[in-house]
Amino acid sequence: MDMASSNLQAEAAGAALRDKIVVKSLDFYYAPGGAKALKSVSLPLKLGKVTAFIGPSGCGKSTLLRVLNRMYDLYPGQHAEGEVLMDGENLLDPSLDLNLLRSRVGMVFQKPTPFPMSIYDNIAFGVRLYEKLPKSEMDGRVEQALKKAALWNEVKDKLKSSGLGLSGGQQQRLCIARSVAIRPEVILFDEPTSALDPIATAKIEELIDELSGDYTLAIVTHSMQQAARVSDFTAFMYLGEMIEFDDTKKVFTTPRDKRTQDYITGRFG
Amino acid sequence: MTDHTLKAYDKELETLERRIAEMGGIAEKMVIDAMDALSNSDAALAQAVIVSDERLDALQREIEEAAILTIARRQPMAIDLREIIGAIRVAGDLERVGDLAKNIAKRSLKIGGEPRSRREIVGLKHMNDVATELLKDVLDAYAQRDMDRARAVWERDVELDALEDSVFRDLLTHMMEDPRNISYCAHLLFCSKNVERIGDHATNIAETVFYLVTGHPLPGERPKGAPEPSALASEASA
Repeated sequence: MDMASSNLQAEAAGAALRDKIVVKSLDFYYAPGGAKALKSVSLPLKLGKVTAFIGPSGCGKSTLLRVLNRMYDLYPGQHAEGEVLMDGENLLDPSLDLNLLRSRVGMVFQKPTPFPMSIYDNIAFGVRLYEKLPKSEMDGRVEQALKKAALWNEVKDKLKSSGLGLSGGQQQRLCIARSVAIRPEVILFDEPTSALDPIATAKIEELIDELSGDYTLAIVTHSMQQAARVSDFTAFMYLGEMIEFDDTKKVFTTPRDKRTQDYITGRFG
Repeated sequence: MTDHTLKAYDKELETLERRIAEMGGIAEKMVIDAMDALSNSDAALAQAVIVSDERLDALQREIEEAAILTIARRQPMAIDLREIIGAIRVAGDLERVGDLAKNIAKRSLKIGGEPRSRREIVGLKHMNDVATELLKDVLDAYAQRDMDRARAVWERDVELDALEDSVFRDLLTHMMEDPRNISYCAHLLFCSKNVERIGDHATNIAETVFYLVTGHPLPGERPKGAPEPSALASEASA
């Protein structure tokens, strides 16, 4: 499928829904003058919906995710061209306040990354970066975030103990609570369950389901079944290109592109 | 189509397809043999048809079990999922075709020594030839994933409906002509209904083939022939 019709298709899917983020003709370079890691990628993230990015290793799905909250800015030499519009505002604008951006676009990583501090402080830490809250309000915020992340019942009696003492699945939910506590608009998940067992995975997936609606979510996953289970829209990427973007149910039942079909049916060489 | 990275997966799908092909062959032969048994009063052939239905039933069970196992084991997507769902559906239709052929064979045994002439059965035999042709065509369409051929079968079922209508009129005439024909012709009426249903299953398989290839149902309304014979009967009496 050529680029133009693939873009058209991206616009057609979910046309009735509001766009939270619109990626337009995005190119990405890991080194100045180096090869393009993303080639003219265009797609929307629909407000309150879950969008999954799938594709073989090195296809650019994590790169795309890292552009959405300018994570790549931490590495000199990497740069993006094109437009990433969130509610009409270009996130690639060099004058953008990156701390503010990352409070609006949160990220949860592959390996749980709790801070070496108490469960309570793990959550309060992020909030303190952006807001100055009295103790009682902070308590409320922490509780609310832990409840949102479906962790409250398991940790409410040990908020002062270290976040590192939790199981992997609990740590991952703690990280989700930490993102949620600063009240973001978008949460990005980079293979959030690849280090978890099936039960912990199911809890995270249930959580993603719960969070959709209130937040706009994007998830990178190597598990096609997971993408099929949790997402409303799916983008299949290959060699830095966005090959197919559509309703998840279409992508997994009647994909348009042969490459998408080969990938989701396990026929990729 | 490119092979799966997992070779065992391809093997499972191939096995499903092979079993469907075997079912198709058995069902086709049963339809032909049942009518021959009926028209030639061949009791041995009728018995053979009845016996071969067991193999057909066993194959259908095997296909269902294998399909469920593959779904559980591979979590198939897109074309693979349609292949497997298609196999379950086609196996179900072929099993029913076998039952209908078996019914005709059983009926031929029941008719046994009833007085008969060759005239009454000519129309029914022709109907059975058309049904056999539709079945053969749709099985080829399935084997070749040929949606145009599947659509042709789907559209041709109307012929069989029209033939059933004319067989009905024909048998009615024979019955009115000589009441001694009534019992025999009534049996043949049931057989014509069975043959018509075999055509319906061929149509179902055609729909499955189309869905399997395209991921969409066959568009539009299937062409409909003359009204049901029962409707005609009530018209006649009105």
